[in-house]
Amino acid sequence: MIETDVLVIGGGPAGMNAALASAQSGAHVLLVDKFQHLGGQLVKQTHKFFGWAEKGAGTRGFNLAKRLSEDVMNNDNVQILLGYEVVGAYRDGTYLAASWSDHITIKAKKLIVCTGAAERMILFENNDMPGVMGAGAVQTLMNEYGVLPAERFLIVGSGNVGVILAYQLLQAGATVDAIVDVLPKLGGAYWVHAAKVQRLGVPLLLGRTVLGVYGNSRVESAITAKVDEKMQPIPGTEKRHDVDAVALAVGLMPLTDIFQMMGVKTVYVPELGGFVPWHDECGRTTNKDIFVAGDAGGIEEATTASIGGTIAGLAAANDLGYQDNMQAVKDNLEALSIFRTSSLSKKVLEGIERMRGELNA
Amino acid sequence: MGRRITVHPVIEFQKGAQVTIFYEGKPLPAYDGDTVASALIANGIDVFRQSVNLHRPRGLFCAIGNCSSCLMIIDGVPNTRACITSVHEGMTVEQQLNKGMMP
Repeated sequence: MIETDVLVIGGGPAGMNAALASAQSGAHVLLVDKFQHLGGQLVKQTHKFFGWAEKGAGTRGFNLAKRLSEDVMNNDNVQILLGYEVVGAYRDGTYLAASWSDHITIKAKKLIVCTGAAERMILFENNDMPGVMGAGAVQTLMNEYGVLPAERFLIVGSGNVGVILAYQLLQAGATVDAIVDVLPKLGGAYWVHAAKVQRLGVPLLLGRTVLGVYGNSRVESAITAKVDEKMQPIPGTEKRHDVDAVALAVGLMPLTDIFQMMGVKTVYVPELGGFVPWHDECGRTTNKDIFVAGDAGGIEEATTASIGGTIAGLAAANDLGYQDNMQAVKDNLEALSIFRTSSLSKKVLEGIERMRGELNA
Repeated sequence: MGRRITVHPVIEFQKGAQVTIFYEGKPLPAYDGDTVASALIANGIDVFRQSVNLHRPRGLFCAIGNCSSCLMIIDGVPNTRACITSVHEGMTVEQQLNKGMMP
């Protein structure tokens, strides 16, 4: 059995920052991640981040992951458990973490959940065929393991993930046949990224969706078609793409299973990606001992996840009486609101407002 | 198949020591640091299992242990996620054709 002040689940940008903030305040932290290394999905990001220099703007994602994980590993107050998943949670603060061959009981005073998100799926013919992958899966394979799962890709979704994936695929030597998006305008991607991939010859086909993929046991081609204003395919507009993979960048949904297990109130907020645990500005849920940070509390991106993690870690240590962190929390909240002044954050801010209003609903 | 990326403008891939895994009894080269999924895909193998009812081919979908698309029989143990299981010398890997039975 491991006893700790703060249990952090998930070693991505939110979890690492949460662990550091609590540990630097004097609390003992146990950080659990199911992978054999820290970093979460930052390790597959090769682009430089925008935003706030202190939180790594101008640094490539995988270098940021390396720097953060070294800070975490060098902090004596943080104990790290890799290759374990938290599979059991009891309302008295007891948790069960399991690896493939072993399990450990954990007793924690505070829990910070930084479990991140899962990729969404959409409906089309043969969407379960090998060669249809989440965009993040393609990034993991090529940027973490150096393996390209196909030669010619069709990307579905023109948000940040889809557009950045196109650029990364070109860097790795693959061909991108097109990026399609069902909406008539560019998704949530930064315009500068979208312009860059178009200059490199990747067509951005808007108002078009994927109807199906075809092949003998794996993808050999895909068919797309234009859609009308009711999002229905228009007959006669079909186009065949000779691709051997289709990467879906159609959004993410928060991984919130543990909140439901623990009886924490969850709220359906489409702007935040689906069901999210209700939480205050420090990430505190309706159970004051359980915090959330990062995508698990609403889909956003790595910089805001990092700041959110720091805030939750500071607040958890503050609540445990280790030190007065209220000023530091305030400073980080201010940084977060400055970062969110970009127009891309408008939807997230609306979602947060809607979530906050749901407490007494 | 040449699916391993050798030249990249941003990333330097550090390959670990070569190990041999056995896929359906056949030896395949892999490297320390590979997952079963990355090793199979690098060797041109994209079908990891069959769906339980309709026996449709299934492969990698999420690559981070969330979706269960890549369940295989690894070292004799069924329902093992190929995407988060690291390779080791002499590892046996088989396609899973059913719900899987404990050995």
